Amino acid sequence: MGSITLEHVNKSFGEVEIIPDISLDIEDGEFVVFVGPSGCGKSTLLRLIAGLEDTTSGKILLDGQDVTDAPPARRGLAMVFQSYALYPHMSVRDNIAFPLKMAKMPQAEIDKKVDYAARTLNLGSYLDRRPRALSGGQRQRVAIGRAIVREPKAFLFDEPLSNLDAALRVNMRLEITELHQQLKTTMIYVTHDQVEAMTMADRIVVLNAGNVEQFGSPLDLYKKPANRFVAGFIGSPKMNFVDGPEAAKHNAHSIGVRPEHFKLSTTEGAWKGTVGVAEQLGSDTFLHVQTDGLGLMTIRTDGDQTFSHGDVVYLTPDPTRIYKFDAAGKAL
Amino acid sequence: MARRVSVQTRIGFTVLAWVIALLLFSPILWTLLTAFKTEAEAIASRPTFFPQNFTLENFGAVQERSDYFKHAINSILVSFGSTILGLIIGIPAAWSMAFAPSKRTKDILMWMLSTKMMPAVGVLIPIYLIFRDLRLLDTVHGLTLIMTLINLPIIIWMLYTYFKEIPVDILEAARMDGAELWNEITHVLVPMAVPGIASTLLLNVILAWNEAFWTITLTSGRAGTLTAFISSFSSPQGLFLAKLSAASLLAIAPILLVGWFSQKQLVRGLTFGAVK
Amino acid sequence: MATKQTRALARTMMAPAVIVLFIWMIVPLVMTLWFSFQNYSLINPMMTGFAGWANYVYVIGDPSFTQSLINTLLLVGGVLLITVIGGTFLALLLDQPIWGQGILRIIVISPFFVMPPVAALIWKNGFMHPGYGMLGHLWKFFGLQPVDWFNQYPLFSVIVIVAWQWLPFATLILLTALQSLSEEQREASEMDGANAVNRFRYIILPHMARAITIVILIQTIFLLGIFAEIRVTTGGGPGYASTNIAFLVFRTGILSNDIGAGSAGGVVAVIIANVVAIFLMRAVGKNLDA
Repeated sequence: MGSITLEHVNKSFGEVEIIPDISLDIEDGEFVVFVGPSGCGKSTLLRLIAGLEDTTSGKILLDGQDVTDAPPARRGLAMVFQSYALYPHMSVRDNIAFPLKMAKMPQAEIDKKVDYAARTLNLGSYLDRRPRALSGGQRQRVAIGRAIVREPKAFLFDEPLSNLDAALRVNMRLEITELHQQLKTTMIYVTHDQVEAMTMADRIVVLNAGNVEQFGSPLDLYKKPANRFVAGFIGSPKMNFVDGPEAAKHNAHSIGVRPEHFKLSTTEGAWKGTVGVAEQLGSDTFLHVQTDGLGLMTIRTDGDQTFSHGDVVYLTPDPTRIYKFDAAGKAL
Repeated sequence: MARRVSVQTRIGFTVLAWVIALLLFSPILWTLLTAFKTEAEAIASRPTFFPQNFTLENFGAVQERSDYFKHAINSILVSFGSTILGLIIGIPAAWSMAFAPSKRTKDILMWMLSTKMMPAVGVLIPIYLIFRDLRLLDTVHGLTLIMTLINLPIIIWMLYTYFKEIPVDILEAARMDGAELWNEITHVLVPMAVPGIASTLLLNVILAWNEAFWTITLTSGRAGTLTAFISSFSSPQGLFLAKLSAASLLAIAPILLVGWFSQKQLVRGLTFGAVK
Repeated sequence: MATKQTRALARTMMAPAVIVLFIWMIVPLVMTLWFSFQNYSLINPMMTGFAGWANYVYVIGDPSFTQSLINTLLLVGGVLLITVIGGTFLALLLDQPIWGQGILRIIVISPFFVMPPVAALIWKNGFMHPGYGMLGHLWKFFGLQPVDWFNQYPLFSVIVIVAWQWLPFATLILLTALQSLSEEQREASEMDGANAVNRFRYIILPHMARAITIVILIQTIFLLGIFAEIRVTTGGGPGYASTNIAFLVFRTGILSNDIGAGSAGGVVAVIIANVVAIFLMRAVGKNLDA
């Protein structure tokens, strides 16, 4: 079991309020991603749940039990750190066994669990090595192994993939998702990368300046962003925003159109512009179009269309997919 | 990348450096050589370099006259005892300051350093009187206590600078893994800081071994360390030169070896981490 | 940052160290201050009671105090001069591409590990003794009259011994600082056409400035308390010619058993050391932020 509830959690460092007031309900077995720009408080929130920081006010409940004042060692959670935080003086085996040793488990049982974890994570042949002799991906696996052996109520991941190279990151992303399918244990995953958030999460918490902007499933967030911040943060490339008279036509303070929701034409359309940079990815092409009076827009089109610098194009937003926001940025 | 210089320049610098180094080393070398000479040869009007009649009798005589071994054991007890005691008090304190710093941590560190700057003579008289009244004068445990106190700031400072280099993540990982403070320190922090703790130990053993103010003023016969042992040779007339050298060699040889072994870490310890 | 629990635990863990150091600092210091205003002699137990400033007047008013103060300054200043200049020179030399650098480092640092009384005795008997010391032999070799160093130049002799002990310290620290100067910076200055003198003046010296400051301050703390070297060689004499403040306190308080006057001298020594300490703390304190 591992449901996690935050009730009016507040965290301040001296005068600085990092998290003004957050309440969240995370259900047992859910994969929840905290995502947001750097400094939004997502790591602090995770550390509050872990017990590595204490709340200034508010309550944290684990399976309905108040753990606000419990030290991390007593919360039964496991954490995977960005730096992996492996014990450099211990072999891989001892690293994985450490939490079990701390729980005073009999040696035979420890061996069994370590072997099982090592097999699950393909670490069998590295068990007697020191962490420094391992590659980044292998270290990551050891860190995960150390987390799973103790069968925690929930896993906490603090940007675990940010030190890996791009190819490995995609792999590990899949492995962690796979692991979640297998274990069905609650996982909370912190990242600044919205692609990781979208691909891995059951539900995403979008954080900005210590506030929850939206909490929902990835597609919810993509299709029905609660406000301009979420709309801009989720989706890649970013949504294009237009203010002023053009937005007023739609009875909104500002409107947003995703790059993939345009009809592109060389002859006619709603907005006229000239192509600046065309980024050709093969499968897709991203056009950066300087429009007349509406600023720079990013358009996603299929990879077969070729445009070059200076070409004149016409853009027509899909009328069913125009997002409208009021003056405060709230979705209309 | 080594700098490119001509072979001539390199030879020149090498010769110059060796000449100066050997001049600086000559008092130690002289001691080493004289220790194996006879008294007559040591004060001969035409000095010899190598001992002409190699002899070990000086060492026997020194042991007989002043009981080298008793003093050496006292030195070992005091220097290791005070350092280990200092580490036991210092490791938890350094852990606190490195991993759970508060606004006052910096002030506390500075204040600890300032106690080191208090001149010993400023407190000699009260310490002497307290020791006299508590019957601690001329005792190994009394001296160990003083040595612990005078080296504690250095121990804490050195440990602090080493601990600061350990990522706090790893200690937090231990906490998440269910380790209580005791296990966090004994299973994770201390094993990771072994090199730092070892150089702290060595430097403080050296400092305690060579400490010559409190050892001389607070001890006489019973608890005398090697500094007191050697001071008993302070007025050797004529015939004692070779024995004095033998005694000196015996007093400095152990710590010289320790010093050579740990000289790489020394700079950092002696400058409180300000020069690395 | 940590939790309240961790911080509370941290305070508990720090307590023993803070408490023992606090007692160690405050109790003897208060006692010294107290004694310094008392008539208190171990020889004459009849003499008791409040002495006012009498002990201070007695200690500071005595010509031996002025001389000791001057000797202290000469000792500290002389040793600093020799070790900083000599140490800079030696560090520059050892930083050159020379053969046997590792062994040289070990040889040069060796005197630092020699305990003060041994250093003093080696120099006193092996080198500076007019009869059989090496310097005496050297003087005779050139047909000169050997010098009786400790009688003719007592303070200078002590300075030589102390400088010999501390030169390795200065060298080692300055060498370490020198070796942290990046090769690229050095090469860049060469590319910019700086000659050896200019390189030293504008690149190397500024880089070493901090290390030199630290060497000066740390040595000053130790040098103010020089004791064993004097005790073993000259015993402070002839007269007060090689007595510094530290030795004067020992002479007055322990040898002459005048606790009151000795304590007054101790208080003066503490004040002098604190002036130096303030500067050192600033230098080291800056480093703490980095």
